[in-house]
Formats: sequence, structure tokens, C-alpha cells
Amino acid sequence: MTDDTLMTPREPQLIALNVNGEQHEVITEARRTLVDVLRHELRLTGTHVGCEHGICGACTVLVDDRPVRACLMFAAQAEGARIRTVESLADGNLLSDLQRAFSEHHALQCGFCTPGFLMLAEGFLAERPEATKEEIREVVAANMCRCTGYQTIVEAIDACATARRRACARACDSKEN
Amino acid sequence: MTREEQGRPLVGRSVPRREDRRLVSGRGRFVDDIALPGMLHAQFVRSTVAHGEIVSVDLSAVRRVPGVVAAFTADDLAIGDITAQLGRPRSQFVPTAMPVLARDKVRYVGEPLAIVVGLDAYAAEDGLEAAHVEYAPLPPVLGEETALADDAVLVHDEAARNTLVDVSLFATDGIDDIFDAAHRVVEVDVTTGRQNALPLETRGAVAHWDDREEQLLLQTCTQVPHQVRTVASRCLRLDERAVRVVVPDMGGGFGQKCVVGREEIAAAAAALRLGRPVKWIEDRKDALSASFLAREQHYRARAAFDADGRILALDADVVCDMGAYSCYPFTAGIEPLMASAEMPGVYKVPAYRVRGRAITTNKAPTAPYRGVSRPQYVMVVERLFERAARELGLDSVEIRRRNVITDFPYTGVNNITYDPGSYLESLNLCEQVVRDEGWYDTRTAAAVEGRHIGIGYACFSERTGYGSSAFAQRKMQVVPGFDISEVRMDTSGAVTVTTGTMSHGQSHETTMAQIVADALGLDIARVRLHQGDTDRVTYGWGTFASRSITVGGSAVRLAAERLGDKLRAIAAALWDTEPEEVELAEGQVRRRGGDGARDVLTHQEIADVAYLRADLLPKDIEPGLTATATFDVFNDGTFSNATHGVVVELHQDTGQVEILRYVCVEDCGVAIHPQVVEGQCRGGIAQGIAGALYEEVTYDAVGEPSATSFMDYKVPTAHEIPEVSIHHLETPCAFTATGAKGAGEGGTIGAPAAVLNAVNDALRPTGTELDHTPITPQTVHRALNPEPVP
Ligand code: FES
Ligand code: FES
Repeated sequence: MTDDTLMTPREPQLIALNVNGEQHEVITEARRTLVDVLRHELRLTGTHVGCEHGICGACTVLVDDRPVRACLMFAAQAEGARIRTVESLADGNLLSDLQRAFSEHHALQCGFCTPGFLMLAEGFLAERPEATKEEIREVVAANMCRCTGYQTIVEAIDACATARRRACARACDSKEN
Repeated sequence: MTREEQGRPLVGRSVPRREDRRLVSGRGRFVDDIALPGMLHAQFVRSTVAHGEIVSVDLSAVRRVPGVVAAFTADDLAIGDITAQLGRPRSQFVPTAMPVLARDKVRYVGEPLAIVVGLDAYAAEDGLEAAHVEYAPLPPVLGEETALADDAVLVHDEAARNTLVDVSLFATDGIDDIFDAAHRVVEVDVTTGRQNALPLETRGAVAHWDDREEQLLLQTCTQVPHQVRTVASRCLRLDERAVRVVVPDMGGGFGQKCVVGREEIAAAAAALRLGRPVKWIEDRKDALSASFLAREQHYRARAAFDADGRILALDADVVCDMGAYSCYPFTAGIEPLMASAEMPGVYKVPAYRVRGRAITTNKAPTAPYRGVSRPQYVMVVERLFERAARELGLDSVEIRRRNVITDFPYTGVNNITYDPGSYLESLNLCEQVVRDEGWYDTRTAAAVEGRHIGIGYACFSERTGYGSSAFAQRKMQVVPGFDISEVRMDTSGAVTVTTGTMSHGQSHETTMAQIVADALGLDIARVRLHQGDTDRVTYGWGTFASRSITVGGSAVRLAAERLGDKLRAIAAALWDTEPEEVELAEGQVRRRGGDGARDVLTHQEIADVAYLRADLLPKDIEPGLTATATFDVFNDGTFSNATHGVVVELHQDTGQVEILRYVCVEDCGVAIHPQVVEGQCRGGIAQGIAGALYEEVTYDAVGEPSATSFMDYKVPTAHEIPEVSIHHLETPCAFTATGAKGAGEGGTIGAPAAVLNAVNDALRPTGTELDHTPITPQTVHRALNPEPVP
């Protein structure tokens, strides 16, 4: 470095991240955000960046099961946590019920916001399987979509939740019998 | 597919979207997902002043920042300018060059001056902070009044009074007499705020020189790949074949990406200079403040009416603030010319005069955003009818009924011939739905309780099948219009189809495949679409103006039919019968009326003959299975239409406008995929509501844009966007090969007018009428809570 008045934030550090059940070690700068490390270091490009300031929700991932804005967190802060990205939803080529619901309800057009909404819904429904459509609409308002007008996103999540509840009720019934 | 769906045409059915699997799995590939070995990252040094001479750009400290690889000014790269042209006399149009990087002058805050290339985006950003630019500031030109003043400071020296376009397209003889003699004349003064089309994915590009192909490969996020290729080749002085533009998945565009951006060209120039791949991804701050904006317009309009509420004449003066540069290829003419040509809309206007101007100011330049001028002029015309209805004591729907075009084809005072539509039917049905749901009663009951509920409508058409002739009328020197499609079958009987249109969310991979599958009797899974690759697609005009299904889809259909003819001819030769005796259906090639196994061939068997057993082909049939078709629209195009009905409630304490109900009755001819059409309507309506109530980029006195993050730019979420119920009418189009009319923009066009009318309806007891969008809570609050008179 020629100009030593410039403070370098570029010191690399080694961090360990648990993403989608796999353990990764990454050498990266302390200032890199979680979403950048997921996308560019781990090449998990399903998670998107729409604003980098925590408003649009395109970067939503699950950190210890809760939806989190991956642009507002440094990767180093996620050490020791369980991170889940959109790449974890499908089982091989088999789409999850939530992913299928999005497709069936035309809850995506360009699809750029979709991973964020999927992870938001995945985290939310795990916590509130009983959610009403109104509550779902509240949660959907956390993220931005510029294409769909939101209605079909709400409908997709609601349909998925309803189907899950039905399946659960059936399973409970058959257990009781 | 259910059993009874088997064998039915795919067109008209909401089949599962082909693009969904990868997009819901996180396996889409957007431009920022591309990583190439040795790739560098670019950021731009951008002007911090709105208007000024550039005294010096010093990048020496930038180049010393750790991680910065290079930094270039305009002079370093010597790239040609981008100049959009209209073939009009100088009195009507002044061409101005948009340099790829500003050279002598800066004209808006955010204008790119230099490109900084680093090992990663963080390093490039570090570099920006070390740039030292010296300006000799000039007074910024920020509004219509300043721009048009006699002694105005000039944004471009060649454009006197900052006027780039000044056209008076129509002036009916004797129109002043009509106004003088009219029973009633109403006026409006409507202004609309500057907006950002705001695709969720910002703009971006990855460029590198491919030694083996001897080509610049520019992977960029654009709606118009071929036009980007043309501009890149000219600016970089390369043969056009030495540039390949490839568009990956796109996270929306809405018009912001249908013009050529300077940054993608600069990134390509840097990549050529450095011999390494360069990526540029626009950050949200730049996208909000320095990307192409849209919509800032001012209309002074008046209309003459007879005692029965029939419109006699329309007279309008339109001023569009295009910002600092004319966009390529559309030019600054796009908005005033569109408004001037089409303002009479769905109404029988006997006399018409209009002047349309585009002015240049020290604000970020504009691009054609979804709807282009139609959200505004529809708002103007609908306001005029509302006001006339009020003054004449007529019902606001009834006055429209008396004026909408009902006899088709109808040639208007604007020399446009409208193809058949359902203007009156959509209006009637929309009102019926709102009435049947009891909203009129609700409004009455609410008024008694002192609540403010209003009902508003907008009835409009949307010209969609713009062919070359329609664009040529605007005297564009680069004339969009036709599209070319090629359909190719391989030896396995599977099909690849190309289109020059470019989906950025409109589901082309599905809808185009539906069209091809029907024409060839193939399973949709065996059809694959190629778009957005200038090496694979002969030529195309990309996706804008709702042209994809009307023009692109028609080319696809014709090419598929041609290939079908060839398949039939080969089968007929094999069976020693006539091609008319061969049908393509349900994944088979069948001999009509035949019932034995020998009367059926698979597509693969035909393809096999065409490629691998050419010796079996009759002499007049060439080996191979490809077919190409071009489609253009030679008349005035085709018009989708709709009526939107909105019910709003205004909140006394907060001034908030709450949408209680939204009803849309639309007619886009044959709907290839009804679910996709509804998606386009809903998305469009959401953007229209955004323009009506929330979004605006304003500038302060020195020309700093107000909106640089989502904290200041209010993009509506699921909180603000209501459910929309959609009713379909279908007037098939005679001018397209598919019977479809475009469906991309209607929602955005109708929503602002309908919302504004509803708000004004709710404000009726206050005596205030609003004529500006976005309608802010402050204005509503002021109208509802006037200062007590002291
Ligand atoms: S990118 Fe993280 S919230 Fe927008
Ligand atoms: S589908 Fe395009 S942003 Fe949501």
C-alpha cells in the first residue's frame, strides 16, 4: 500500500457458516454482508439484493428459523447460527408445497422478489401455522414486489397454510382412530 | 393436464408457467448472478451538482485505493456519444448528444463522470470516495417556468428555451368558434409527479471480450437487446457482428430498461480496455436518483360541451419534463408525441387541437415508463368529463356513455382508426358491479355519518400493436415495429423458437410456447423459447408498448404455422397423399380420417426423415426443419380497452386515502393465458396506484433529488395495494395472428385516473378538487380540515 493514511477495511478473516445444513469456511472481509457472502463467496445466488438497506426484503433468509434481512447483517455475525436460503426449500427436484403454491397462484412474474417472499413465508408459517389470511397479508407487507400487486402472493401463502392444516388435521384424525 | 383438457388448444388456458421451476428454486440466473474468472467490478463517479462545467476530474487518489484496479474518465476511454434522433425539422426537434461519461458539463445529480474498476464492488466503492472533481457550477434549471423563460439558462446550448420537442400535431379548423359557441367549457390544469419505474432488480451488466468468438459479450439487463448491440457497436467502433448482447433472467423493467443506458456501454469499454470481464450492478441509491425516471408532465386542457353533455372540442397544451437527456432510441419525443396523437382516447371528439412539448431540465433523464403518457392524458380527459358532468348536473358514468365510441372501426379526429373494442360494455359492466355490490348505498350512508367515501371511474383504451408504420408516423429515425421469429425442430421432434421480444416477467417462455405447441400439435414441454440473445435471434425490437404477444406472438405463430406446413408436406409425401389430409394434433402427425397405426407418425419420425433420411424427401422439399416469419402491423394498431372502478374512503384525521374496492373490466382480445393477463392487470394497477397516491421524486432548490432510498421513496406494499377483482370481455383482434391485443400497460393507465376521480368524488362536499398526483395525505387533510376563518 502506497498511501498509509488510508485505513484498510480489507483485512481478511476466517469465518464458519452453517448454510442449509452444510458447514462452510470462508475467508472474507469483516465488512461483507451476509447476503454478499452467500451470493458471491458461496455462490448461492438464489437470495437476491434489491436495496441493501433493509426495506425491500429481497434478501430474506432464515437465521435460526426466523426471517432476517441478509443485507443488514455482516456474515461474521451469522457464525454459529443455522442459515437457510431458498435453495433449501426443494427436495432435489421436488418442489416444496410452498413453492408449488407460488407457481399455481401465479404469485411471481419476474421472480426476483420470490426467494425473499418464500423465505419470509416459510419462517412465518413455521411459527404461525394457524395464520389467517389477514395476518398473512400483514406479513407479506414486509417485502416489496413490483410485478404482482401482492394479491396472488397472499393467496399462495394462504392456500399453502390451509393445505398444511388440512393435512395435519387428517394425520391427527388417523392417529386418533 | 386433466383428461378433458387433452387435445384442447393450449391458447386460452392458464397452463403452469415454464419459468417458475427455476425461479422458485433460486436457480434463475440474473445478471448479478453471473461470475466469470478474473471478473472486476465497476462503480461510477457521479456528479454531485445538478448543473456545472467540469473543471477537472482527478482520479489519481482513486487509483491508489487498495483493491482499485483502474479508473477512467471520458477522455481516457474515448467512447462515442449516444444520440437519439427524430426526423423532424429543427423547429420541432433538437437532437442532443448523451455522452457515455460526462465530458465538459454535468447536467444532473448522479450523472456518471468516470468509471472505477475494483477487485470487488466494495473496493470500487472505496475508490469512489477518493475521486476529486471540480466544477464551475451553473444555475440549475429545475422546473417548467425556469426552463421556458426567455432568458433561461440552457441545459444544452443548442436547445433554445430548453425545448427539445415542440409539435402541434392537430388543430381542427374553426375550433375557437366551437369553444366560443359551446354551451359549457370546462378546464383542468393537471400535473403528475416524477416517478421511478423501479424494477426490483436494478440495472446491471457484465462485459468481456471473447477471444475465440472475436466478440464482445455483453450480458445485460435490457428489454431491447438488439438496440443495445447497435449502440454498443457504434460507441465502441466495432462491427455489429463483433458484439453479442445476451440477456439473462430479468427482475422487471417497466420501460426503465427499454432504453440504452450509458453505464452498460461504459462497463463494456472498460472491459475492452482492461482485457478482463467487468461487472456493473447499479445500487439502489443510484437506481432511485440517477437512473431513468418518468412521468413528470403538465397538461392545461379544456373541453367544450353541448347541453346534453356531448363533447364538441378538446384543446390541450402538454409539457413533459424529460430531464437532462433524450433517451435512445425513443427520444424526448416519446411522451409529448404519444399524448398528442392519442389523447381523445375512447371518446368521439369532433374537434381537437394540441401542442406537445418536451423540455430539458437538470434532473435525471426519463425513459418511457409503463403506459407512457397515457396514465396522464387519460387522467386529463376523465377529469374533464367529471367536471362537465358536475357542471351540467349529469351522472358521471352517463356522460361517458354518451361520448364513448360505439361504432367500429372508428377513425378519430386524430386520424387513428380504432379496431373494435368494448368501451361501452366495459363501462356498463364496471358500474353494474360497483352498484350491485352496494357501494353507491354505502357512499350515501357514509355521507350521513360524516364519512368521506367516493366512487371513481376511468374508461380508456390502450394502443398496443404498434407496427413500424405507427412508429414511423412519429418520425423516429430508428423505427421499432416488426418482429422476426424462427421455429426449429431437431431430429428428436423437439422445438426451439426464437423471439425478438424479451420477457422481464411477462411469461413469454410459457405463452409463446403455448402458441407454438398449438400450431404444431406438440406437447408444450417439447417447446423451448430463446429470447434475448442477439446471436441466436435474427433481429427484434424487444419488449415495450405491450408488443410482445401482439407483434412477437404473431411472428411466432406464423413461423410455427410455416413449419407445420412443412411437416405436413413431408408426411403427405410419405403417405403419398395431399398435405391437407395431414393434421398435427395431440403430439401426433395424423392422416385425416385414417384409423390404423400406419396413419399416424410422430413428430420425431418426420424430423428423422427431414434430417437423417433426406433421400426419402421429394425433390421440392429441402432437408431440415426450420421456418422463419416476420410480422408487422400495418394499420394504426390495435386497442385493448378497460374500465376501472374504485371506491375510496378519506380519513378525516390523517388525510389518508384508503381504497375500499377496486374493480377492473378489461378486454385484451384473445387472452393467451388468462392468469398471466390478470397478473399484468394487477401489477399494472399496483404501479398505477403507486403513482396516484405514493411515489414521487422531487428536487430541492439546488437540484438534489429527494428520493435516494426506500425511506424517502414510498413504494406501496401489500398494506396499500387492495385486492382487485377482474372481469374479462373479449373482442378478438383482427389485425394480429393470435387475436390478442396487448395487456401489459392497461392497469397502470387506468388506476391514476380512477383513483383521482374517486378522491374528488369523496371531496365533493368540501368544494375542493385535486388535479395533481401523487395525492398526498397533506392535501387531502387540508381539503377535509380547512383552516377556520378567523
Ligand atoms: S436487499 Fe435486503 S432488504 Fe432489500
Ligand atoms: S415478481 Fe417481479 S418483483 Fe415480484
